[in-house]
Amino acid sequence: MEQRGLDKTLPIFAVVLIAAGLGVLYSAGQTDVPTAVADLWRRQLVWVGLGVVAAAIVFRLSPRLLDWLAPTVYTVSILLLLVTLVFGVGAGTKSWIAIGGFRLGQPAELAKLATILMLARLLTVRRRPPRDIWEAMPAGLVVAVPFVLVSLQPDLGSAIVFIAILFGALFWVGLKLSLLLLLMSPLVSLMLAFSTWSWGAWIVFLTLFVIFTRPYLLEGLVIWLINAAMGIMALGLWQQLQPYQQNRLLSFLNPEIDPRATGWHIIQSKIAIGSGGLIGKGFTEGTQKRLAFLPAQHTDFIYSVVGEEFGFIGVLGTLGLFAGLIWTLVRIAGRVADPFSSMLVFGIASMLLTHVVVNVGMTVGVMPITGIPLPFFSYGGSFMLTCCVAIGLAWRVSRESYGAAYSSG
Amino acid sequence: MTWFHPHDVARRMELGRLTAIAVFGVLLFAFFRLQVLGAERFETESRENRLRSLPLPAPRGLIMDRSGNVLAENVPGYSIAVLPSDPDSLRGALQQIAMLTGLDSLRIEALLRRYRSSPHEPLVVRRDASFEVISALEESRVTIPGLVIQSEPKRRYPYGEIAAHVVGYVGEITEEELASNRIANARGGTLVGRDGLERQYDERLRGEDGWRFIEVDAMGRTVREMGDASKLVPEQGDTVVTSLDIGLQQFVAEIFPEGRRGSVVAMDPRTGEVLALYSAPSFDPDLFVGGMAPELWQALSQAEDQPLFNRAIEGRYPPASPWKLAVAASALRRGVATMETRMETPCSGGMLYGNRYFRCWDERGHGDITLREAIQHSCDVYFYQLGLRISLDGLLRDGVSMGFTERSGIDLPDESTPLFPATTAYYDRRYGPRGWTSGVTLNLAIGQGENTQSVINMVKFYAMLANNSGVAPVPRLVNASATEPHSLELTTDQLEELRDALFLVVERGTAVGARVEELQIAGKTGTAQNPQGPEHGWFIGFAPVEQPEIVVGAIVEFAEHGSNVAPLVTRVIRRHLVGPDSDRDQVRLVLPADSAPGPVPILPDSSQLRRTRGTG
Repeated sequence: MEQRGLDKTLPIFAVVLIAAGLGVLYSAGQTDVPTAVADLWRRQLVWVGLGVVAAAIVFRLSPRLLDWLAPTVYTVSILLLLVTLVFGVGAGTKSWIAIGGFRLGQPAELAKLATILMLARLLTVRRRPPRDIWEAMPAGLVVAVPFVLVSLQPDLGSAIVFIAILFGALFWVGLKLSLLLLLMSPLVSLMLAFSTWSWGAWIVFLTLFVIFTRPYLLEGLVIWLINAAMGIMALGLWQQLQPYQQNRLLSFLNPEIDPRATGWHIIQSKIAIGSGGLIGKGFTEGTQKRLAFLPAQHTDFIYSVVGEEFGFIGVLGTLGLFAGLIWTLVRIAGRVADPFSSMLVFGIASMLLTHVVVNVGMTVGVMPITGIPLPFFSYGGSFMLTCCVAIGLAWRVSRESYGAAYSSG
Repeated sequence: MTWFHPHDVARRMELGRLTAIAVFGVLLFAFFRLQVLGAERFETESRENRLRSLPLPAPRGLIMDRSGNVLAENVPGYSIAVLPSDPDSLRGALQQIAMLTGLDSLRIEALLRRYRSSPHEPLVVRRDASFEVISALEESRVTIPGLVIQSEPKRRYPYGEIAAHVVGYVGEITEEELASNRIANARGGTLVGRDGLERQYDERLRGEDGWRFIEVDAMGRTVREMGDASKLVPEQGDTVVTSLDIGLQQFVAEIFPEGRRGSVVAMDPRTGEVLALYSAPSFDPDLFVGGMAPELWQALSQAEDQPLFNRAIEGRYPPASPWKLAVAASALRRGVATMETRMETPCSGGMLYGNRYFRCWDERGHGDITLREAIQHSCDVYFYQLGLRISLDGLLRDGVSMGFTERSGIDLPDESTPLFPATTAYYDRRYGPRGWTSGVTLNLAIGQGENTQSVINMVKFYAMLANNSGVAPVPRLVNASATEPHSLELTTDQLEELRDALFLVVERGTAVGARVEELQIAGKTGTAQNPQGPEHGWFIGFAPVEQPEIVVGAIVEFAEHGSNVAPLVTRVIRRHLVGPDSDRDQVRLVLPADSAPGPVPILPDSSQLRRTRGTG
């Protein structure tokens, strides 16, 4: 940082992760009975190329331009989500936009970036943190629209990412922690509602919390009522879930419930990772993967291949790289003087962190199976493009911060 | 811009850092738990995940005759099995296999049932598949998940129908047997002996299955075979050597009258070794190999002439005239008569007893004769009186001590227990305390009435007569059972006299037509009453009369007309004692001379008799 010019930490992390991701994707295709996965790494390479081009383009856009463009980008992405909902294709979930059978991409991924942009703009207009939940409400609405549209696909994983982005942004903009926790409380209610005991305990805790932190009366009351409503609604929501969604949630709690169907993914993934041991079975040598016991080994469960073939050492290495990348982003966000740019980079960091934690956590059974991709590793063009663009934007901000520091210093 | 003041930002960064550390810490701990703490467990699980064990069926032991001719052997065959992964893919695989092999839906249902009871075992879909079926399956094996084709020993019976009842056959274990755990080391698809020696010595013959391991992918497709090192070689079952003389057995099957039902048993009276045991009609045990079509089984098991029924040990017939020797032995033992004793009433073709006339089979009558002559001519009138002299009680008690209430004890499954009343209480039970007359004594004295014996049991009785000790060993094909041997309790002289009388039967008596020039054969003809149709013909004989080496008993059902039972037996004896190349023409055929008298009424009133017969 003492040195002048460009900070290359961010692109270095990104390039190493992309290279590692391509290697693992190649390995994921090496099965004893060849499948379509075998050649996917080549196609991913094309997407990486496109991603680099896209990153180079956004690198040229100034944050001011982005600030100005944010509403347009956001509107376009929402329109795309609507189109997807009506004309979307895909097995189980309608998440793809296709023209003449050719799949163009998943608008949900673009919508994540657009939402981050829109949030950054909206939250920095007032030049001070929201003082109560009413002031935070517009931000909530900005996220609620894509959240609902994505949930309707239904794509539970991406929906979770939108929530995480919202809370990340509210946190970074300086919302009071007690308020943040109150805003999160309905979600906790929703999750705990399947057990009357845990939900009851939560409501008691929440009541005490509201009394001690003393927010505005109306605010506290509304939060409390929403919590109660969530708890009651949860049962109805649960019954509206498709059986496979119910199974996913249940098998996260107990994989043995359904060892052949949903639990199969978790069990097989754990076996693959566990049998990798400390140093792993070696590049392309994973037996569980080779014999196709690993489900979706090129997308959702690609990290199981890392665990099986490179062992705990490999896990430490890759998680270290991700942590390094995200920390670099947070440092950029902390360094940059412009609030919009700072919000933008922190939003990107929240998005990537959520993807990493949910995806990796799923492979070891500490997170429910939600099917969200691992950045730079999982096969998928839209998300690879999104990640590259995100890195490009963050790098631009990083350069700006130096520029700013330069000019002011 | 106070809200983005460096202090606030630093505070938020610190908080964010702590959150990230906590989250990554949880993830790392989860990996640590799986990969470092659980490495060994998951390593094993991953191995088991991809390795499937497949049983290698052990070849069953050989069954040989006394000179080492193979009666049951193994030849290479192919079996089709499926390694099930889940019910849906199993059903799919079975349907695909069904299209190529013609599996019916019943069999598919049975296989699915077995899968549900033991889901981790490979399912044997078909044994003994033809080469065409195997090659068709091999072509489409990629599309059939879990398909395993392996060579498997297949049972073959080189002598087929000739020794079918002795050797038996094998069949796949049934679900009930599997559930009852009666059969040791069995699993689904195990072949177990179903009849004959295959069943009797099943455990000895079965051997120990081996195992091989194959690596499969998640769809259950075989990816590669593990090396020989991890293979557990199956152990063949023990060879069972029987006392059977397959040459003699073959000869019996050859000369047994075509299209007739009946059985022949040849035994060495000194040791109890069964030399031949033939039941007609027979069946082809090779039909059972690889599973029999239900229609064929239906036809075989419900055929009117019951080919699966072993008439030598399961069939029960009135012992008729051959049983007169038991009466004679009883009389000699009790001292109520000697060979020279004559009866009060000479035979005039019948005799009056009580208010009823009892006929002899020969209407011309035998006159005033001795016991020796009575045996020789099978005189019914003489034996009526001898029976009365012994008394019903004595007849029954001696019958029990000579073993007529018990199975012979031959080492074959399903031997019938003879019907023979142990005491007079039997008649009380059956007809009521006053419902029967001494007619039963007369009936019993000539081997009719409430007395049915199997051929093997009668052969055993004649072995007692043949042996100087008056004791017969338990008939056996492989091992003798630990049954107490029965004894006639006669002196050597008495036994010799009886044998002489039996010799005269063949030399000058009822079986004279069956004489064989160079052999001294003793024996007794008989005709068994058959309420269902024509009478059954008996002959039991042994030779040489001085020191018998073989006892042969035969029954031919419905042999009333054109019977050749006695010559059948003497030809078997001759084949055994003289050898296979003796001239067959020396044996003349003869009709049995002593057809049985009509049924003797044992009930006080003949109308009652008809009613009982009708309902019984």
